[in-house]
Amino acid sequence: MSTLSVNLPAVNVDWRLPSRGRVGMYCLIAAEAAIFTIFVVAYLFYIGKSAIGPTPKDVLHAPIFYSVCLLSSSLTVHAAVRRLVAGNMAAFARFWLLTILLGGVFLFGTAREWAHLISQDGLTINTNLFGTTYYSLVGLHASHVTIGLLAMITVALFYFGQRLQREHAERLEILSLYWHFVDAVWVVVFLVVYVIGV
Amino acid sequence: MSANTIAVPELPVSRPFTLRLHEWVTTVDHKRLGILYILFALVFLIVGGIEATIMRLQLVRPHNDLVSPEVFNRMFTMHGTTMIFFVAMPMVFGFANYLVPLMIGARDMAFPRLNAFSFWMSALGGIFLYFSFLGGDGLYGAGSAPDVGWFAYAPLTAKTFSVGHSTDYWTLSLLSSGIGSIGTAINIIATILCMRCPGMTLGKMPLLVWLNLVMAGMVILAVSPLSAAQIMLLIDRYLGAHFFDTQAGGSAVIWMHFFWIFGHPEVYVLVLPAFAFASEIIPVFSRKAIFGYPVMVLATIAIGFIGMSVWAHHMFTIGMSAGANTFFVLSTMAIAVPTGIKIFNWVATMWGGKLRFDAPMLFCVGFLFQFLVAGLTGVTLAVAPLDWQLGNSYYVVAHFHYVIVGGILFCIFGAFYYWFPKTSGKMYNETLARLHFWLFFIGFHLTFDFMHVPGVLGMPRRIYTYEPGRGWDIWNLIVTVGVVFQAAGVLVFVFNLVWSYLRGQAAGNDPWDAWTLEWSTSSPPPMYNYGVIPTVRSRRPLWDLKHPEDPDWRYE
Repeated sequence: MSTLSVNLPAVNVDWRLPSRGRVGMYCLIAAEAAIFTIFVVAYLFYIGKSAIGPTPKDVLHAPIFYSVCLLSSSLTVHAAVRRLVAGNMAAFARFWLLTILLGGVFLFGTAREWAHLISQDGLTINTNLFGTTYYSLVGLHASHVTIGLLAMITVALFYFGQRLQREHAERLEILSLYWHFVDAVWVVVFLVVYVIGV
Repeated sequence: MSANTIAVPELPVSRPFTLRLHEWVTTVDHKRLGILYILFALVFLIVGGIEATIMRLQLVRPHNDLVSPEVFNRMFTMHGTTMIFFVAMPMVFGFANYLVPLMIGARDMAFPRLNAFSFWMSALGGIFLYFSFLGGDGLYGAGSAPDVGWFAYAPLTAKTFSVGHSTDYWTLSLLSSGIGSIGTAINIIATILCMRCPGMTLGKMPLLVWLNLVMAGMVILAVSPLSAAQIMLLIDRYLGAHFFDTQAGGSAVIWMHFFWIFGHPEVYVLVLPAFAFASEIIPVFSRKAIFGYPVMVLATIAIGFIGMSVWAHHMFTIGMSAGANTFFVLSTMAIAVPTGIKIFNWVATMWGGKLRFDAPMLFCVGFLFQFLVAGLTGVTLAVAPLDWQLGNSYYVVAHFHYVIVGGILFCIFGAFYYWFPKTSGKMYNETLARLHFWLFFIGFHLTFDFMHVPGVLGMPRRIYTYEPGRGWDIWNLIVTVGVVFQAAGVLVFVFNLVWSYLRGQAAGNDPWDAWTLEWSTSSPPPMYNYGVIPTVRSRRPLWDLKHPEDPDWRYE
């Protein structure tokens, strides 16, 4: 096996490239943002076009408390990663578990809202266009929250198994980028569904 | 062997078949995955070609009854879906997978396991699509393969009009391959931005790498909306939702928008890699550096941006507002500017060069002229009033086949011949390659030049037969005759690949006296690509190596 090797004078540059994990996550976020955009456009396009009731005005109540929970989980996940970088494992664990708890409370809120809409208001995904777009958009977001929670629970399991080290901080930072994105999307969904839509 | 080359023991050559198969199925090596993508695409190229041949035989004369109208609908649906999603896309990704890490001096992609996952998701999509021939009947005993057209307009896809499971297989197939495409696009971007060898700044990357970077960005922004629309269609079909259900106030037009927001950028997703091949092959066979590198990069980025905002020119005939029509007319015409810049740059690269007309160059020169014509008919279709006349006619079919076959496929054939020696270590047979070129060239022009005419004479696309005496007969006959030449050309091509792989002469590392990094390693490259990660100082590192007295980096 012969290789004509490229043996050029060394380049005197400080050769630093971006982290591939970060770039990969930003690209994934771009793709997800495009998917959400289509669902948001569909929601906006179909506002007020339902042939029959119930309408958003009749049945929707803005979930302020649960939204505050989700948005504050962005702060706690950031705090958790800072603590890990500083090497304070116990403080990391407190903030990490708090993040999972806040995300869990948000999902519980969505579940309660859906249960009420289905059993009390008789709104399902095939009732009308409002039901179709509402459950799809909120459900798409909730499925992203669920995936984020599963990833964070996995990290928590590694922590309890004594496997999590300070050197994993960058990976958790990349995971937290995803979580910030999920929270940011909720701001848009909230605005579209509970402010513009009613 | 030079001093800093590391010899690594080869695996024993004669391993049992099952072991080798296992290696290929579980591989995460970018070169093997690239080859898997390309072989996958070649198989589907044959299948999609057979479907096209069936359609052309049905249309060879009026009142032909080779196939039933139902089968004809399935054929054009399967042909379109197969060629775009399971030939063109995997072909493009296969070459990107194989070449990008080699050209930037990396040992693999940024995420090798994501790479394997993406390939197998695309493969699953192909299996979904073709399983529909068996499973599409569903409980209703109606269906078989999808028959809703490759853009599957609502409400054809509603449960009412599409009983059985054929449409379900179509949408699952596109969703699955879409996930694979997004995964690969993420991988390509991360590889290019994060894995370049020392010295290779963005401005020193080969043009192929630049074009694939923009292509991957467009995949992320274009295939995601398609996936979102497929999720909506699945929710409609399985949960009884009303996104595209006009009976409940849903809109058929919004599906068109969602589809074409994907559909038109997709054309650029496919054509940018074709440009990439031309941008590598033309300089090497003209013995000149590419003309206007920075302008080529800027034109590519411009195409990427403008390409995202032209989709509704596919929808002039549905009756949009005058404002929307005007916007999409102007944006569509605007895209001819950066594309024209590229054509001038390729011609300027050839101008005054020492041209060598080997098979890769022949195909690229064919591409240049054919793509120019395709672009010009594209400008005619961008004029909304003319589009109202010609939309959904064979003129449109001729136009986009001119782009995809005359432009993209010609470049892909050129790329096959150019990189075949690198991939296989063997030289292809030049005589057979030239025969392939001329057969395919003649067949292409017979089919797609003359296909414009019945379109202008009013023949709509997707009809399974037509009345005699409308002036369409002779043109349809000529179009079908062209298919014979194209099929013969493809057979010669496949034979050449197989025969040269088995019997070809050893090619050596650098048969073309080329300048990019992949030609510095052995043919085929070892698993790890480079024993020592190269350092580059210019866009043509091998030129610098071969001409130490006059290196490129003095001028760049």
